[in-house]
Amino acid sequence: MDKPEKFIIDGIRLDGRKPDELRPMKIEVGVLNRADGSCYLEFGKNKVLAAVYGPREVHPRHNQKPTTAVVRFRYNMASFSVEERKRPGPDRRSIEVSKVSREAVEPMIFTEYFPKSAIDIFVEVLQADAGTRTAGINAASIALADASIPMRGLVSSCAVGKVDGELVLDLMKDEDNYGEADMPVAMTPDGEITLLQMDGNLTREELKKALEMATEGCKQIYKLQREALIGRYKKELEEHKEDVELVETITESEETSIESTTTVNIDESGGLDDE
Amino acid sequence: MNKRQIIIPGDVLSEDAGIAGDGTYVRDGKVYASLYGILSEHNKIKVVPLSGKYMPARGDIVIGIVKEVTFSNWIVDIGSPYDGLLHISEYPQRINSEDMSKHLKVGETILTQVKEFDPMMKVELTIRNRKLKTIRSGRIFELSPSKIPRLIGHGGSMISLIKKETNCSIIAGENGRVWIEGSDCNIDFAIDAITKIEQESHIPGLTNRLYDFFEGTKTQKNESDKEYEKESILDEILE
Repeated sequence: MDKPEKFIIDGIRLDGRKPDELRPMKIEVGVLNRADGSCYLEFGKNKVLAAVYGPREVHPRHNQKPTTAVVRFRYNMASFSVEERKRPGPDRRSIEVSKVSREAVEPMIFTEYFPKSAIDIFVEVLQADAGTRTAGINAASIALADASIPMRGLVSSCAVGKVDGELVLDLMKDEDNYGEADMPVAMTPDGEITLLQMDGNLTREELKKALEMATEGCKQIYKLQREALIGRYKKELEEHKEDVELVETITESEETSIESTTTVNIDESGGLDDE
Repeated sequence: MNKRQIIIPGDVLSEDAGIAGDGTYVRDGKVYASLYGILSEHNKIKVVPLSGKYMPARGDIVIGIVKEVTFSNWIVDIGSPYDGLLHISEYPQRINSEDMSKHLKVGETILTQVKEFDPMMKVELTIRNRKLKTIRSGRIFELSPSKIPRLIGHGGSMISLIKKETNCSIIAGENGRVWIEGSDCNIDFAIDAITKIEQESHIPGLTNRLYDFFEGTKTQKNESDKEYEKESILDEILE
C-alpha cells in the first residue's frame, strides 16, 4: 500500500478506530502442552505465541548466576510473518527486541527465589502488523503467570505514535510505516515504566501526552490479560458448578432412601483448601 | 464454601502484612499475590498455584532417576531445577567407590528423601531408611507437583480411595512423580483416576466425582463381564 494522503479523516483512522482506541485483542492461555506456561495472543492483525520454560538448569553452565535466576528472552519472527519473506534467524532488530523485552519483564519476576537456574521465554511472531514487541511482552507476561513463576505483577505494553501531526494509540502497519513517530511503552499495573523506546520525533509536550495515552492503553490491556487468566478456569468452575450441586443432591437422596450406605467422608470442598 | 477465587500476580489480597503466606509478598504493608492460582484463606492468606516446578524441601520423599555416577556421588534428577546428590555414605550398605554402578546404575529409579537443601541450592539425598529403596517394578507416572496434595487428599483419603478401588500400591513423591505397583490393567485404571484428579483438581467436589468415576467404571466392567458371559453361554448352546 502506498502512503495515504491523510491518516485521520474526521477523527477516524484508516481502520476505523478513534485516535485513542486499541486494536481488538484475543488471548488464549495454556495453548502448549510441553511448555511450563504459554499464551497465544492476537493484537489486531498481529499473531504471537509465547512459551515459558523453567526455572530449569542453565546451559551452558558458566552463564548461571549464583544468587538469582537468569532470564532469557528470545523474540523471533517467522519467515512468513511479513509480506516479503523474512530471512530466518536472529538479526540486528530481533536481538534488540529480545533485549528490551527481557528488560521489560525481568524486574517483575522474583528471580532471587531461583538462584543458579534459568527462566526461558520464547516469543514467536506468526503474523506481524506493527507493534509485535508490545504484543510479545503482553503474551510473555501471561505465559510467565501460567508457568506459576512468582511475579510482582503482570506487565502490559502498547505503543503510541504520531500521524498527521496527531498522537494516536497503538499504530497499525501503515501508520507505523509512514507515520512521524512510534513509541512503544511497557508498564507495571502501578504505572512504573519498564520499557520506553522512541522512533521518530516528539516534542516535550507530545511525549507527556503520549505517555498518558500509553498508560490508559496499558490499563485496558491489563484488564484483558487479567480476564484471560481468570476466564481460563472460571469457565470450568462454572460449568461444573451445576454438576457438583446435582451430585451432592443425588448422594443426599440416596443416603436417605437406601438406608445409610457405608460411611464415606465426603470432602465437599474438593480438597483444595485442606491442610 | 464452594466458591473458588482465582488470583493473578499483583492482586491485593489483604492490608494486614502479618498473615502473608505462601505465594504472596508484602509491599508497603499490603499483601500482594505473587502467583497465579487459587486463593486460600485460613489463618494465613495463601495462593495455591495450579502448576509449577518442584522446589526441594528438607524431609520430602521424592522419586528420582539416576543421571550420572561420579567418584562418590550419584547425581539424581528429581524433577526440579536443581539436581539431587546421593552420597555413597547415604547408601544403605557400605560399598566401595568402584562398585557404585553395580548397586545403582544410570537410569535407575529410586525412592529417596531430601536430607538437606541449603541456600546454595545443593540438594542432598538419602536412601538410608527402611521405606526408601530402588524401584524395580511397577510404573512411574508424572503430574504437576502442585497437584500432589490433591492426590493425597485430606489425611490421605483420596489416595487410599484409589488404592482401595484399584488394588494398587501407590506412593506419591513430593516432586510430582507417582509410583504405582499392581497388575497392568489396574495400573491403567489408577492412572486414569490420577489424570482425572490432575485435570479437575481446581473444581469443587472432586472426591464426589472420583466416587462416580469408580462407580461408572465398575458398572461398565460388570456390563462387559455380563456380555462376555452371555457370549460364552451362547457359544455353549451353539456347540
